[in-house]
Amino acid sequence: MRSLVAFVSGLVFGLGLLLAGMFDPAKIVSFLDVAGHWDPSLALVLFAAVATAFPAFRIAARRSHALSGARMALPATTRIDARLVVGSGLFGLGWGLSGFCPGPAVVAMVIEPFSVAPFLLGMVAGMVAFEWREKRLATHLAAAGASTPSPEPVKE
Amino acid sequence: MPYITDFTPLAALGGGVFIGLAASLLILGAGKVAGISGILGGLLRHEAGDVAWRWAFVAGLAAAPLAFAWAWPLGRPHMEAMPLVLMLGGVLVGFGTRLGGGCTSGHGVCGLARLSPRSFVATGVFVATAVVTVFVVRHVVGPW
Repeated sequence: MRSLVAFVSGLVFGLGLLLAGMFDPAKIVSFLDVAGHWDPSLALVLFAAVATAFPAFRIAARRSHALSGARMALPATTRIDARLVVGSGLFGLGWGLSGFCPGPAVVAMVIEPFSVAPFLLGMVAGMVAFEWREKRLATHLAAAGASTPSPEPVKE
Repeated sequence: MPYITDFTPLAALGGGVFIGLAASLLILGAGKVAGISGILGGLLRHEAGDVAWRWAFVAGLAAAPLAFAWAWPLGRPHMEAMPLVLMLGGVLVGFGTRLGGGCTSGHGVCGLARLSPRSFVATGVFVATAVVTVFVVRHVVGPW
């Protein structure tokens, strides 16, 4: 049930990216290029997506379980720290260089596997590097006998 | 050469509604936030009982071009960066989104819809950094 919901959600998400043209790095870079031939489309995509999802998250915040019976997994962290800012900064740098963020890259990979592959390979390598760093940090903390647990990354 | 794209307000709003519906379905139906970097990154952790739904979401995303092409003409992605730069961009996106706890979907769509202050900060930072990056690439050092 949960996997069926996830499949349909992924499908509808991908259709939205395709309909809006957001699978195309040219469309993203045109939005980011405020000094060039600016294309504000992405702002409208974000606005419509946020407005549509808003009521669902209001309902979700008041419920303990989803319709599938699974526990509602909303992020609990509210701390604005260096990880958030530095991570988002690195992401923005990579997003500007490539015109890709994770979702559109998966969709574009299906359309043009060979030209999108370098990005996806790099992205997976970056994620593996992150997991490796997390494990090392946890080991160091444990070795130092620290009583405070390492900050859990929030899945959003 | 930079690819020129034109403002497509109706397609943008329509696509945005689809994305918002997808996020609504995942949170209300499965209790999960539609953050794609988190969904992908979680696959590297192999936590029991937490893998199938992630693969299902990615499969849906990958099936979208096939479903779309059935009804509409499918466009092509245009990459301006050369493969090595594309790969460097990928490393930064992969590491950065995991460190920052989200990407355009997790912070940008779901986080803003939840009115999460963290996500407002994250979205402001990654959009600002990306705007500066594109400005430098396109107008200071010139096109790749």
